[in-house]
Amino acid sequence: MEVPILKQGDYLIASIQSALSDSDLAQLRDAVVEKVGRFRSRGVIVDVTVLDVMDSFSTRILRDLAHMIRLRGARTVIVGVQPEVAFTMVQLGLRLEGIATALDLEEGLAYLDETGEKES
Amino acid sequence: MRSDKHDGSVAAKGTGLARNVPTSVSRETSVPIESDLDIVTARQVGRALAERVGFEAGELTLIATAISELARNIVLYAKRGEVVVKVLENGTKRGIEVVSSDEGPGIPNVTHAMQDGYSTSGGLGLGLPGVKRLMDEFEISSVVGHGTVVKVAKWRA
Repeated sequence: MEVPILKQGDYLIASIQSALSDSDLAQLRDAVVEKVGRFRSRGVIVDVTVLDVMDSFSTRILRDLAHMIRLRGARTVIVGVQPEVAFTMVQLGLRLEGIATALDLEEGLAYLDETGEKES
Repeated sequence: MRSDKHDGSVAAKGTGLARNVPTSVSRETSVPIESDLDIVTARQVGRALAERVGFEAGELTLIATAISELARNIVLYAKRGEVVVKVLENGTKRGIEVVSSDEGPGIPNVTHAMQDGYSTSGGLGLGLPGVKRLMDEFEISSVVGHGTVVKVAKWRA
């Protein structure tokens, strides 16, 4: 199940549509890291609203993705972590430290706009 | 993909079976685990069964996540195995049991494996202790060279 990655202005939006296998997630990470260069994007939004499970693997992949994007000179914001998912992640001891998160796509876009203005 | 031990109607999500469980409905389902795709299947099957038992949304997420971690351990360390999910009944209490078993290399030091931060596969090392925190009951038995069985259960609040 490939995740569509849409280009919107200076940003890329990866909108996860269904449950993903480990290899789907790894593929998403690689595709975003490649596309951020191809489109010279300044920010990436990963929308995880539909994910009903975020376990140690998916958390690690998202963290890796964000760090790789930072190394490529852009910023990442994870949006749409559901309340039950947040609760479970905390119980499991999973963290997204140092990674920007926002409530939803709209807030994520606002975050990228704000932080982009500060930088320029 | 999976072998249902009764009639195989595990696809309860959104079918209206959640409230009124007919006696013929599968109460135990085994999911063979051989690849990362099976991890997704196992947690979906477990979630559907837990939904029928009457767990609420937050608990369904805890259960599905625990299954995900257990199934991934099979893929990472043993290559193949199975996850069995089962309805539990104890008087008026209902719950769900998840048993993950494999014939992999086994865990040389279970006490170590149960400590936060321990991992042999470059993972986060939070797998088993994390699963224990998510569930109400946790049992592990592992024999080097023979395999590992992890049995967990969660009861409805």
